[in-house]
Amino acid sequence: MAELSIPDLQAPARRRGPSEETMAAWLAISPWVIGFLIFTLGPLVASLYFSMTDYDVLSPPEWVGLANYRELLTDDRLFPKAIRNTVVYAAIYVPLHIVTALGVALLLNEARQWRGLFRTVFYLPSITPAVATAYLWIWILNPNDGLVNRSLRFLNLPAPAWTVDPAWTKPTIVMSQLWHLGGAMIILLAGLKAIPPELYEAAKLDGADAWQRFKGVTLPMLSGVLFFIATISTIASLNVFTQGYVMFNGNGGPENSALFIVMYLFREGFSYFHMGYAAAIAWILFLIITTITIIQFRLSKRWVYYEAGTNA
Amino acid sequence: MAINTGTSAPTTPLTIFADRTAEEPQQRVVADPGHKPLGRRDLPIYLTLFALSALFSFPFLWLVLTSLKPPDEVFSPGLIPDPFYPKNYADVFRYAPVGQWLWNTAVVSVLAVVTVVFSSALIAYGFARLRFKGRTQLFALVIATYMLPGAVTLVPTFLIWRELGAVGTTFPLWASNIFGSAFYIFMLRQFLFTIPQDLVDAARVDGASYFGIWWKIMLPLIRPALVAVAVFEFQAKWNDFMTPLIYLNSPSQYTMSLGLGMFKSDYDTQWALWMAASVVFTLPMVLLFFVAQRFFIEGVATTGLKG
Repeated sequence: MAELSIPDLQAPARRRGPSEETMAAWLAISPWVIGFLIFTLGPLVASLYFSMTDYDVLSPPEWVGLANYRELLTDDRLFPKAIRNTVVYAAIYVPLHIVTALGVALLLNEARQWRGLFRTVFYLPSITPAVATAYLWIWILNPNDGLVNRSLRFLNLPAPAWTVDPAWTKPTIVMSQLWHLGGAMIILLAGLKAIPPELYEAAKLDGADAWQRFKGVTLPMLSGVLFFIATISTIASLNVFTQGYVMFNGNGGPENSALFIVMYLFREGFSYFHMGYAAAIAWILFLIITTITIIQFRLSKRWVYYEAGTNA
Repeated sequence: MAINTGTSAPTTPLTIFADRTAEEPQQRVVADPGHKPLGRRDLPIYLTLFALSALFSFPFLWLVLTSLKPPDEVFSPGLIPDPFYPKNYADVFRYAPVGQWLWNTAVVSVLAVVTVVFSSALIAYGFARLRFKGRTQLFALVIATYMLPGAVTLVPTFLIWRELGAVGTTFPLWASNIFGSAFYIFMLRQFLFTIPQDLVDAARVDGASYFGIWWKIMLPLIRPALVAVAVFEFQAKWNDFMTPLIYLNSPSQYTMSLGLGMFKSDYDTQWALWMAASVVFTLPMVLLFFVAQRFFIEGVATTGLKG
């Protein structure tokens, strides 16, 4: 290890036992070590075990092998629906989220005055608690009296039955979440600021127009940040829970069109106390998230640009 | 994700904070050097920005205005309440124990913040500034736990708290923060790298212990980062809905998120009251934002660049 080449500052090395520094280090990280064993490693192993049992909390777990998984993937009618809902939701939300956050960040980056004010206006929705956001938006998207449908009807446009029509429940949640673009916007703004102005000047000298500069300089220089936001928001949307739960009173919405994987897990585990079944759902979710994340990393090699050296 | 597990951190988060404080006043200057004052070219940008701002703030405005309408007039098409009916705000405290819920949320959030800030800072210090065998490998494990979705450990974690008799108390909402949180450990470690080793060596010569150095040198120097962590965690706990939903069962213990969530199905027609409750719930976050705006913005920006 490289540590050998680091000159030791505590010159006279202790002959026996760990050094004072090593002791201090282990003491400092001991909360993490304990927490890792009790709240991560233990539960991870236990969760895998429970996923192969029937366990209702009251009587001891009963070993059933892969029966929970088999049931989830073949007999259960709701679970495939929950997977589909979750993936469809993520597929609508993530691209829209990135495009809107990038759009706002680009505009803000061009603004020379009142930038702080605009930044605050766009960031504030993100600090609105999820439950309050859910309320506000079922009210705004209320099919009869909601603000959006009243405006649409005023303009003689078709007004979808957002919260009632199974085809529109996922867009309802997407709308409310798009309002929370603040975090991504701030990260993108920081990314935009980090692009060296010389690159734009050079592009201008070469006669590149605004669109060419965006495609040739901004996008590649921002690709690392965009990739970060894409992965984080994908994982977050595959874990969607609170919005759907609050908006549809925890029952999955019309025709279970807003039943998501984590909601189903919650219902099985904590309403029906099918703990083994819930653990199996969690592992399938874990596999889905891991698979999608790995695919994103693989694809990123084709479009994410890293400056030489920063990611060797 | 370009997570840099190496030990070098050349462009430091700390300097981001430092630069920004220096830069901030400059932005306010009307015609900052190198830029022309606003010209005709800026018009479309500002028109778009104003239109979008209106769109983004309108839900807030609507929320507040609706909360001030008499309950039987919430569906009236007019935007402005007629008459103004601030009594909703008093009523909501009588319909439901909203005061209690807010208090519970504040207690949980503060406990969570205090525990997670100190534990994460200590753990991060161990990983950033003290040398021991296996440090790199262990830190990779910290990052791995950050990647692990909470759902996987949800069931056994519940069973642990149940075994400890803590289901039905607010303990499970914050107590595991004593063990630090992977994301904050990662973030604070990056900041701790930026502190010059000279300071540490000088303190060692003066006979300071490793923990004395942490307390007297490290913590004061990374204060902006600690505040950012505190703000993040406060916001996270203030918002959290799922954990209270799993662990709490008596309304007197509810946090505001859970109370409001249950409130909706209980009082299904009281839109004006929900709106008032939502305003009351959101307001402390807005205040926190304005007090600690710099830490919010810089903290979020740092997570993206370092992540």
